[in-house]
Amino acid sequence: MDMLYNILIAPFLEIAKSPSFFAEVVIGGLMSGVMYSLVALGFVLIFKASGVFNFAQGVMVLFAALNFSGLLDAGLSIWLAFPLTVLIMVLLAWCIERLVLSKLVNQQDIILFMATIGIGYFLQGFGEFLWTGNVRKLDVGIPQDAWFFGDIMIQQSDVFAAVVAGILVIVLALFFQYTRIGRALRAVADDHQAAMTVGIPLRSIWLIVWSVAGFVALVAGIMWGSRVGVQFSLSVIALKALPVLILGGFTSVPGAIIGGLIIGVGEKVAEIYWGPLFGGAIEEWFAYILAMLFLFFRPQGLFGERIIERV
Amino acid sequence: MPRKKALPHAVVPDSVVAVKEDVVAVNRDEGSDPLIRISNIEVIYDHVILVIKGVSLEVHEGHIVALLGANGAGKTTTLKAVSNLLGTERGDVTKGTIELRGEKVEKMTPSDLVNRGVVQVMEGRHCFEHLTVEENLLVGAYTRRDGKAAIQTSMEKVYGYFPRLKERRKSQAGYTSGGEQQMLAIGRALMANPSVILLDEPSMGLAPQLVEDIFEIVKRLNQEQNVTFLLAEQNTVVALKYADYGYILENGRVVMDGDAASLAENEDVKEFYLGMGGGDKNFSNVKSYRRRKRWLA
Ligand SMILES: Nc1ncnc2c1ncn2[C@@H]1O[C@H](COP(=O)(O)OP(=O)(O)OP(=O)(O)O)[C@@H](O)[C@H]1O
Ligand SMILES: [Mg+2]
Repeated sequence: MDMLYNILIAPFLEIAKSPSFFAEVVIGGLMSGVMYSLVALGFVLIFKASGVFNFAQGVMVLFAALNFSGLLDAGLSIWLAFPLTVLIMVLLAWCIERLVLSKLVNQQDIILFMATIGIGYFLQGFGEFLWTGNVRKLDVGIPQDAWFFGDIMIQQSDVFAAVVAGILVIVLALFFQYTRIGRALRAVADDHQAAMTVGIPLRSIWLIVWSVAGFVALVAGIMWGSRVGVQFSLSVIALKALPVLILGGFTSVPGAIIGGLIIGVGEKVAEIYWGPLFGGAIEEWFAYILAMLFLFFRPQGLFGERIIERV
Repeated sequence: MPRKKALPHAVVPDSVVAVKEDVVAVNRDEGSDPLIRISNIEVIYDHVILVIKGVSLEVHEGHIVALLGANGAGKTTTLKAVSNLLGTERGDVTKGTIELRGEKVEKMTPSDLVNRGVVQVMEGRHCFEHLTVEENLLVGAYTRRDGKAAIQTSMEKVYGYFPRLKERRKSQAGYTSGGEQQMLAIGRALMANPSVILLDEPSMGLAPQLVEDIFEIVKRLNQEQNVTFLLAEQNTVVALKYADYGYILENGRVVMDGDAASLAENEDVKEFYLGMGGGDKNFSNVKSYRRRKRWLA
């Protein structure tokens, strides 16, 4: 009885007692959720356009952040380091397309998946080889103060991250919806073969999506790196994108975003209000449990692409 | 339908041979090189499955050429060999050559071919389901570099041929009817300004009247826009009605060819493909026929 009370009633009483604290927890969760969304977004882009489940997406976040912070530490200004890192990510996309994807084209999905695991390990090693494995501080001048709304405290850095992520998502959405290339990308995502019949060169499309995914990884890496430092654990945090994808559906851009936010908020709230019951550190595994429940009840995810069926 | 599977192979009665020579003469008379020339190709899937066993055919500019045959005869495979789409299915042209205006296609990518005016409309339409009808058409113009205005003009032209598409232009393609999807697939191909359309089984799953409508438009496109067609069809009656020339494929071989009118008149074609065998349509006749063929072969 006590147990049930502790799980089902007590946390809500606590929430009701101090709604402003709850609001802070939720906002904090939303902000880390934004990060998950960005990584998941990179996944979805690649998965939709090439059917490749890119296990290396998390490491790409690390790799991008490593390059960026390494260039900064080498004395470059942000305005030089940023475009240079973008260039590196495009170059990386080009190498992946040239050296891996084009050689494995028409192989089974599982083989491509394994190849991305290989790419992940390579990138991790290569990044550390280039820039050493030390934790780097990353300071790009994101404001670090806090705002107060009544008694709710909001970190400016969190708001900044959310705004940047929001802009990125909107720009991507417009790009996909209204440009010639964006339309071609959606066409490829719908039907590879038909896209080939209208003359869309798949290889350049792949180059574009991997570049865009690299760019998204860079943005996520900068945001995250500024918060926790650029270090190996970035690629592990990025793995949280997996439950996000299960929640949101592997082919849905809005799903990736909403899924990320749900997981971000969910795990923070669970940690604060239910964590003590389980001895804390719920945050580490909460997302995976949630994802598993989803697999039981809604395997295509919240927004998983509806299979169009005419009646 | 299943009966078609049990067809005698490579029946080349005298009458057809005669027709064939006639047509060779006709082709020579035309004096021009064919737009597409397939010479004795072999296609193998997965490195082991031989499905096309030495097919040769020619498509002349301005013609509608029908590629006929039952399920599994190799029509789709032949079309995909021309458009270089076999790669995605682990198929390979292992022998022979395919030329487009005298140029070998083997080194070209599918998008090179679209740039040279060869566009395939795949069996089963393959519209981009989550794109609107209009977006589908715009994607069809992907390879074009002649600007928005020209693309807009082409779109109006497509809408002229298929008014139904204009009505539905804001709908997601996945929610349109089978007939609309077939129109869309053809319209999308037209957006590339093609000189040849490789049209695979346009009649599939459509009501007879709709099939006629589609073929009627194919004919108009052929005459008004000077689009050449190589079309694969199981519906021999309709295909021969609209085509100029036909090839009959069986088990990966061309067993007959001739101009459409003479094929439609041919007794064997009538019996096996047009289902008009008359009184002698029974099995024993077919069997003796097959025996005779073995003798001849
Ligand atoms: N990807 C593939 N891998 C292996 N075999 C294949 C493949 N595609 C087709 N085939 C085989 O090749 C043969 C010819 O098939 P194809 O699709 O070209 O026939 P078709 O004449 O178009 O038939 P239909 O009228 O049913 O469309 C068939 O026996 C088929 O099983
Ligand atoms: Mg076919």
